[in-house]
Amino acid sequence: MNTQDKDRTIILEVQRGVGGGPSRTQEYELPEGAAASLLDGLRWVREHLDDTLAVRYSCINANACKECMMILDGKVVYACVARMQPGARHQVAPLPNKARVRDLISEIAPVKERFDQEENADD
Amino acid sequence: MTAEEIVNRETDVLIIGAGGAGMSAALAASQAGSRVIMTDRSLIGRGGATIMAQMTVAVALGEQTPDDWRHHYADTLKAGRGLCSEPLARLLCENGVDAIRLLDSWGVGWARSDGHLTQAQAPGHDRPRCVYVDYLNTGPAVAKTLRTQVAHDDNIERYGDLLVLELLVEDGRVCGAVALHLTTGQPVVIRAGAVIVATGGLTRLYRRNSASLNMGGDGYALALRAGARLIDMEFVQFFPIGHLAPRLVGFDPIMWDPFRYKLGGRLLNGLGEEFVEKYGHAGEEKGYTITRDAATYAILKEVEAGRGSPAGGAYLSFQHVPEETLRKAFGPIIDKLAANGIDLTKSPIEVAPIAHYHMGGIRVEVDMSTDVPGLYAAGEAVGGANGANRLSGNAITEAVSFGLQAGRSASAYAADAQALQAPRALELAGPTLARLEPAPQGGEAPNVAALIARLQALMQDCVGPFRNEDGLKQALDQLQVLKAELGDALPGDGGPQDPVRLDALDLHNMLLVAEAVTRSALARRESRGAHQRDDFPGMDDAWTLNQTLALRDGQWRLETEPVRRLDTPVDIPAGGTEYEGQA
Repeated sequence: MNTQDKDRTIILEVQRGVGGGPSRTQEYELPEGAAASLLDGLRWVREHLDDTLAVRYSCINANACKECMMILDGKVVYACVARMQPGARHQVAPLPNKARVRDLISEIAPVKERFDQEENADD
Repeated sequence: MTAEEIVNRETDVLIIGAGGAGMSAALAASQAGSRVIMTDRSLIGRGGATIMAQMTVAVALGEQTPDDWRHHYADTLKAGRGLCSEPLARLLCENGVDAIRLLDSWGVGWARSDGHLTQAQAPGHDRPRCVYVDYLNTGPAVAKTLRTQVAHDDNIERYGDLLVLELLVEDGRVCGAVALHLTTGQPVVIRAGAVIVATGGLTRLYRRNSASLNMGGDGYALALRAGARLIDMEFVQFFPIGHLAPRLVGFDPIMWDPFRYKLGGRLLNGLGEEFVEKYGHAGEEKGYTITRDAATYAILKEVEAGRGSPAGGAYLSFQHVPEETLRKAFGPIIDKLAANGIDLTKSPIEVAPIAHYHMGGIRVEVDMSTDVPGLYAAGEAVGGANGANRLSGNAITEAVSFGLQAGRSASAYAADAQALQAPRALELAGPTLARLEPAPQGGEAPNVAALIARLQALMQDCVGPFRNEDGLKQALDQLQVLKAELGDALPGDGGPQDPVRLDALDLHNMLLVAEAVTRSALARRESRGAHQRDDFPGMDDAWTLNQTLALRDGQWRLETEPVRRLDTPVDIPAGGTEYEGQA
């Protein structure tokens, strides 16, 4: 990778962890052209660097499912429409006001649509 | 995990999948007096394909011009190139009328003008027949309307983030399912009088696809393993003008179809020439009339001949459309395009075929029952109604009308079904539960997300719109390689939302379903609709047959059967499409 390419590398600093457990930050480098949107970038990471990174989405690029909400550089975004800047360093984290399930996945389902293990056991 | 710890639930009708078909089925089953549990691997009414629909819903309402469901039926059969199941096509077109009126009564907001619903003309229809919700909002409006109805129905429990892994089969009858609760990583056993598969299609098998991540064909895999036959698996619809370039953020790639409905537009090859006429179709100046299979063929043949656009597709141009006309038709969308650096008055965009819909699926009778008692299917998960090629606008009509039918049928079956006892359900679930137990991880685990990408590339290249024997055989070999690399044991830690485990579960199903598509495509030695063989060009009348596929003791069983006809043919009124395929 030459200097010019290096200047256009995108760095994602992703906050990771499971449930209420400890958090850590993991850094991923995206080469130029790997990602137009944040979701492109996270999908690229999973396919090329680390498939253990948890992120949820359904519709990929249409902003229809509304599942890919997360925090990018301190602001709530839909990852599928948040644009990446070549050469930038971005901080990515799960939603602060929802329970974290894993990494960038938060509990976003309406309460009535959640399967509650305890209450629902009938035998 | 001990038996006492497994969450164990019971209901009359279990519905897998909460898109348009699943939600419609839930409402009908509840209406018929059943208790319903509806699950979705994602959120309720937000994943799947329904919410992705951009515009057209075809149904003979006769609001724009006089119409009759029998004209819609004739067009559907013609588009299906002789392979539609007549009873299923009839159900779609005839019951579709009430289904779409029902959505209207629930306030879906179909576009209206001059005191009637607006119906757009779409390719393959003999008259304006497609209702829609502006702007590009048909799918979200349908999904929201059904979500609201379902939420207000006390008989329906709905649970997101539940991934169904296997159906429970007792004495040849489906009587429940084992699911994985993704939020906790814990298994759940659900006993049910009847089960409806409404999981949609398989477009995720392809690298370029227009639907959602959830459409990996898992419902087909569930049905196969439970003993049901699939039908028409070789017919994957490629949507001809999926967006290709420049990169657009925040748009579904099938967005250009509505532009074509309202504004026409011109397809041009890399040299800037119109080309669809060369392939025997009406020129673009006569309007947007070319069907999906035909347009896909023409675009890819131009690319093959070295006349593709720079990114490897065709140009779609609206440069001849005045800006004020564009704004009137698509107002806010024009601004969103500008934010992506696209000005349609100045330059064309590039489009190429993209996996969009599956004509094939679970083989059902007209009441939506499968070969296996207790198992029903609805929506895109069903095969047969659309034959070798689906008409624009038939998918939502199919989802709702088939969903309502499946809900009624499953409810009636469940009312008399013998209840499965909880201990027996746990026994039946045993092998699946054992599979979820932590397995010793030997060696370096493969990146499963990368394996999925390899599968998608393989299917795109070898089992896409153009096929031949060499490519299909190579695909069968490579599917075995991928299967071996994935291995039997489930990787991952099995905790909450474990992405590695989820990908592996999905890939197991995707590989099975990919093999079903490939084997069916290899056997059909002709070209018809969405199935185009380089080595067998042209339609062969001897192949006016459907292929069915089953798994028996782990072995594939591929058979042919005559196309299903109605006992009494539909009397199609004069003045519409003549359908000659009718016996």
